[in-house]
Amino acid sequence: MGNWLVDHWLSVLILVAWLGLNIFLFVYAFLIYEKADKYFYTREILGFCNHTLRKPLDHNLTFHKLVAYMICVFTAIHIIAHLFNFEHYSRSQQAMDGSLASVLSSLSRHEKESNSWLNPIQSPNMTVIYATFTSIAGLTGVILTIALILMVTSAVEFIRRNYFELFWYTHHLFIIYIICLALHGMGGIVRAQTEDSMGESHPYNCSKSFHEWDKYVSSCRRPHFEGHPPESWKWILAPIALYIFERILRFYRSQQRVVITKVVMHPSNVLELQMRKRGFSMEVGQYIFVNCPSVSLLEWHPFTLTSAPEEDFFSIHIRSAGDWTENLIRAFEHQHSPMPRIQVDGPFGTVSEDVFQFEVAVLVGAGIGVTPFASILKSIWYKFQRADHKLKTQKIYFYWICRETGAFAWFNNLLSSLEQEMEELGKIGFLNYRLFLTGWDSNIAGHAALNFDKATDILTGLKQKTSFGRPMWDNEFSTIATAYPKSVVGVFLCGPQTLAKSLSKCCHRYSSLDPRKVQFYFNKEIF
Amino acid sequence: MGQIEWAMWANEQALASGLILITGGIVATAGRFTQWYFGTYSIAAGVFICLLEYPRGKRKKGSTMERCGQKYMTSVVKLFGPLTRNYYVRAVLHLLLSVPAGFLLATILGTACLAIASTIYLLAAIRGEQWIPIEPKPKERPQVGGTIKQPPTNPPPRPPAEVRKKPSVEEEGAGGPQVNPIPVTDEVV
Repeated sequence: MGNWLVDHWLSVLILVAWLGLNIFLFVYAFLIYEKADKYFYTREILGFCNHTLRKPLDHNLTFHKLVAYMICVFTAIHIIAHLFNFEHYSRSQQAMDGSLASVLSSLSRHEKESNSWLNPIQSPNMTVIYATFTSIAGLTGVILTIALILMVTSAVEFIRRNYFELFWYTHHLFIIYIICLALHGMGGIVRAQTEDSMGESHPYNCSKSFHEWDKYVSSCRRPHFEGHPPESWKWILAPIALYIFERILRFYRSQQRVVITKVVMHPSNVLELQMRKRGFSMEVGQYIFVNCPSVSLLEWHPFTLTSAPEEDFFSIHIRSAGDWTENLIRAFEHQHSPMPRIQVDGPFGTVSEDVFQFEVAVLVGAGIGVTPFASILKSIWYKFQRADHKLKTQKIYFYWICRETGAFAWFNNLLSSLEQEMEELGKIGFLNYRLFLTGWDSNIAGHAALNFDKATDILTGLKQKTSFGRPMWDNEFSTIATAYPKSVVGVFLCGPQTLAKSLSKCCHRYSSLDPRKVQFYFNKEIF
Repeated sequence: MGQIEWAMWANEQALASGLILITGGIVATAGRFTQWYFGTYSIAAGVFICLLEYPRGKRKKGSTMERCGQKYMTSVVKLFGPLTRNYYVRAVLHLLLSVPAGFLLATILGTACLAIASTIYLLAAIRGEQWIPIEPKPKERPQVGGTIKQPPTNPPPRPPAEVRKKPSVEEEGAGGPQVNPIPVTDEVV
């Protein structure tokens, strides 16, 4: 736990600060309504009052989800609190016992002092449902809550992974949500006594003598109230402006022409697109959003870049994994029809420059997570060839774990061409890669056993033999630690969470206590 | 949008509606709001809907992620046969269940969400979708000796007779005890 804190202290600090700010704002607003004088009569008519403030911030996916959960929690609290409020307003309106609450409720908005009303429920016959749907706050509240619920139910992981388009289109309900949120406070239902009225008849002096407010002899007059001005727009204005600016920028960027320089169909229905775009510059591990108007006008899908920054084109490998990808691959397969137009937005993603900073790099790619490593390996190789001084890497251990190599045959080819080039340069030891096939059966294993003596691997054609099953990380780490007893080793993973846990445990276990000896640093990058 | 299975989203929406109905119902009943007995109904309806919608149906293509512990409810829901399989029935059922909750402000949100879920189920039913229970796959144990039906009828292939009848010297060299080239003493005391 202590180690994790050391690695992630910045995110934790930001999170704690943000949560703390939320809590502070909540408590501050609550105390104002609870204690301030101008809300004295409002408090009388209601049991207690609640008001929540929330700030939508759109930074990255995890934070986005966290904010969404907080919004849901606060929405629930907000709705429940206002349900009680309306119920109490209704009861105060219907009370015939001449109490302060019932007198306050009878301050009607139709009299000549038109803003002296306090209770939004004006007559004993008005139901809370009617009051809700005829007030701006109530109507916008209901609409935006329904929009929120629809967004949440279509964004659960199950729907998101399997029916992405549904999630994508439904999520655009946020436009309705934001508009309703900005309008929500405009009715001024939450009312406070005006300053003038407080100067004239302060509640401390006058609240007890409410029977005599109308009599001329009394020094107290009826209190006047004004609505609390809407506040939510103050919070959401800046983020909305930023978001609109970002969308305009992305639209502008996507309108730039993309020239497709090469199209390659790899085995197992994998399409490689090599493209060029003016002003496009990338780093390793980044991704782009791709749109193909002839396949679908509105859908943008992310793809990791598989080319290295040193190359004069950028490329992506698209595997058939759903409606859009299948249609795209089919569109490119027709050799006689004109090539579909592609729009590209990006590149996005956190660049991991750290990959080049370690003397020894352990790269682990599991399944589809191997894609960013295509870019990284190529880039490392280019830098090595040009003897780039920014590259500190002396040795790479690359672990590729997948169920079967079918869809990654193109990565296979990349490894074998790297192998060849290293041989030519006489640097065979630079890249040490191992492939682990986790989806093996006795047939494959028997086949491998029979061909044990051959120089190249039967399945992949690579010099390194394929191993079956999962790697035994303890063995791997101890071998590396023994081979490089004085180095700093960077471990990079692109794969599932369980693997991240076991790798980070191994890193802690095999890092020696002496800082001069071997140290393993685990970087869980979600490229 | 060709591969969308609307029933899956309707299921999530209905489950959420059930929870909202329960929450609204608890607020109305605990606060003894006007006509709070609608709140009690809402709690009961919400619990029923949550139990009905908890087991996820099987997807048409691909594997389906089960909800935690759903197999108990799956066996109960399966019992009702066409009543739970058919999505028209579910659409109508949810619409009817949502109506009484609409009389109370605390539960009207549940009504709206359940009505939406009912509409999506109607859409799913029109497109011919059905609720298929997720059955646990029978575990295939590798049968030890399962492929051995009978003892072999032929003896294993042996080298020709003349090779087998070689003098005992060769046999010893091939399969006899180890002959040590240098004398070895046993060090056990």
